[in-house]
Amino acid sequence: MSGVGPVSAFYVLAVLSIGSALMVMAARSIIHAVLFLVLFFVSLAAMFVLLSADFVAVAQLLVYAGAIGVLVVFAILLTPSREQRGMETKFVGPGLLAGAVVAGTVIFIAFNTNWPTASNDFPSTVDAIGQALLNRWALPFEIASVLLIAAMIGAIVIVGGRGVDLDPGAAGPSARLVRRER
Amino acid sequence: MTALSGFLLSQWYDLRDLGNPVRALIDWINGWGDGTTFHWVGYIVAGLIGAAAIGLFLGIAMLSLIWIERKAVSRIQIRYGPNRTGPFGLLQPVADALKLMQKEALTPLAGDKIVFWLAPVVIFIPTLLVFGVLPFGPKMTAANISVAVLYIVAIGSATPLVIFMAGWSSNNKYSLLGAMRGIAMAISYEIPMVLSLLGVVLFTGHMDLNGIVQWQQKYHVWLIVLQPLAALTYFISASAELNRTPTDIAEAESEIVAGYHTEYSGMKFGLFYAVELGNALAVSGIWATLFFGGWWLFGLDRWIPAWLIFLGKMYILYGALIITRGTLPRLRIDQLLDFAWKFLLPLALVNVLVVALEVTIWQENGISAGIVLPVFAVVNILLSVVLVVGYVQSFGFARRQRPRRARLITDTLAAMPQ
Amino acid sequence: MLGDWGHLGFLILVGIALPGTALVVSVLLGLFKIRPKLPNSVKLATYECGVETEGPSHVQFHVGYYVFALLFVVFDIESIFLYPWAVAYRHEAIYGLVEAVIFIGVLVLGLAYAWKKQALVWR
Repeated sequence: MSGVGPVSAFYVLAVLSIGSALMVMAARSIIHAVLFLVLFFVSLAAMFVLLSADFVAVAQLLVYAGAIGVLVVFAILLTPSREQRGMETKFVGPGLLAGAVVAGTVIFIAFNTNWPTASNDFPSTVDAIGQALLNRWALPFEIASVLLIAAMIGAIVIVGGRGVDLDPGAAGPSARLVRRER
Repeated sequence: MTALSGFLLSQWYDLRDLGNPVRALIDWINGWGDGTTFHWVGYIVAGLIGAAAIGLFLGIAMLSLIWIERKAVSRIQIRYGPNRTGPFGLLQPVADALKLMQKEALTPLAGDKIVFWLAPVVIFIPTLLVFGVLPFGPKMTAANISVAVLYIVAIGSATPLVIFMAGWSSNNKYSLLGAMRGIAMAISYEIPMVLSLLGVVLFTGHMDLNGIVQWQQKYHVWLIVLQPLAALTYFISASAELNRTPTDIAEAESEIVAGYHTEYSGMKFGLFYAVELGNALAVSGIWATLFFGGWWLFGLDRWIPAWLIFLGKMYILYGALIITRGTLPRLRIDQLLDFAWKFLLPLALVNVLVVALEVTIWQENGISAGIVLPVFAVVNILLSVVLVVGYVQSFGFARRQRPRRARLITDTLAAMPQ
Repeated sequence: MLGDWGHLGFLILVGIALPGTALVVSVLLGLFKIRPKLPNSVKLATYECGVETEGPSHVQFHVGYYVFALLFVVFDIESIFLYPWAVAYRHEAIYGLVEAVIFIGVLVLGLAYAWKKQALVWR
């Protein structure tokens, strides 16, 4: 990554991503926090583009900005007490401490690792990732599917006994009406 | 005079290919100084020209689509449609735009003002970004990126969140309900969409749109012949995300006022309206590129400018969207979700496996394309017909809900709405 | 490559400028008194078909939405995994076919489970 364009793009994205990440914490409304989180995901995807990791960037956009964003929105909207403003809890101190420890660790690793550098114009990464998935990482590829199915079954089991109130078999006059019509 | 000889040239004065003068201009700028120092000027000029051209095109296209759409839908419904403003009502889009601009725009007091104003602006970005990767010609792509197929889907997945912004910030039950219904439907239809595009990527081995068009040019075939199932699943699932009539549960006007844009008025509503048309045009553009050869037309693209072919295909395929809009009634949300998860998703998965098998047969045995592609075409068309018809025969009919003969209601309380 | 992505940045600028211009023009029309601006409390109230709104507008939603979002995330990640596989497929076709059949098969099992458990039914 060199040249005026990519470097200036990097600084713009850095400000955008750090700013939106800070606003996730600072926003008073939880929906605003989610919107800033999505903005953060998008700017992170743009960062991946700058690193020539185009496939990872698109995956980030699709999975995080699209899917996880929607998931968080739905999770918030099924919580009854989300309108509570002022989220000062007694965990502010420990939370800040934990965050500082994680950030310190990441910064320490970032400065102490001998990063390999790629050539400036990188070819498409998709083919390389695909061949890696087909050869060396075939087993993790399959295990990923098992992980995904475990997540799916877990979700189904957790919300298993729901929606009884709208079943036609349930009690109530409207339910009787439905049953009669069958 | 050579410009008039019939064949398209790649000289700057051959204005039939609009890419030529632009390329000449940028080459000229790049040649400034010692030929290396001013490349950044050329880059910025190229980017601005591309972006402005797409913005301008989209603006004009939206205006034209308003007229086409209203006229065609009213013809389907045996009405005249707009016919007062100008000849054939051609000035109707301009009148609409002017009216929307000078209408009083209300912002609900209880709403979230910043997000409320932001939503109609942000919703334009995904639409424009999709047009940025569409190849209007062999060298007329604003951004020729190598992961374009997945990129289109990823960009499209941002629109539901913007709709949520609009619905939530209005502080209106109907708006929020419409937005949530819209998101639930959009995410359900995104899975078959991604998987149907996977079939195309698998068959061609390309993820960039220009590569896919050139693949179709090389083997002299439209992909809809080879991938009818993928084309069908893509068309249904992509048009489902457009909030148009058969699937417009996000703004079902007989149920939830106007859905997510209930509280929007004036120009802000106009922006939502325009973006819907733009998204629909984008879908027909993607469909034309992936399944109908894009700018390539069986060699005719040597005489007719590529962008004209592409625009023609795009507008013709837009007709399919108008027909679906004009002929189908609105579906319920449970029907729509059932359709996505129990019909389109299995079909798309079957398609992926069939394509994988076919590519294996083709690649491993080294059969020439001239023999193997017609066979695949016949097999795939038969398979898709069998799958669709078989599925409809076995699952497609609702269980009979009413008794065959009329019965007297004996329990009056049971039939009374309470 | 990077240059092409940069062109998309220009498109984002146009994407903000295009609707931004429309809104600015509309605001300017308001300033020059061409566009009326006569708000009152009834106009600015939440529109619920003429009836006064009752209770909080941001109502609680059914858990069914969340289930579909979870299923969506799972299948989204699955399809993301399949794309590099599809591009690299023709290098090792038979091996890749077996691998993908197992991968998709496991997830089809999941889909069948969800179907059986009525998780795909909207309520």
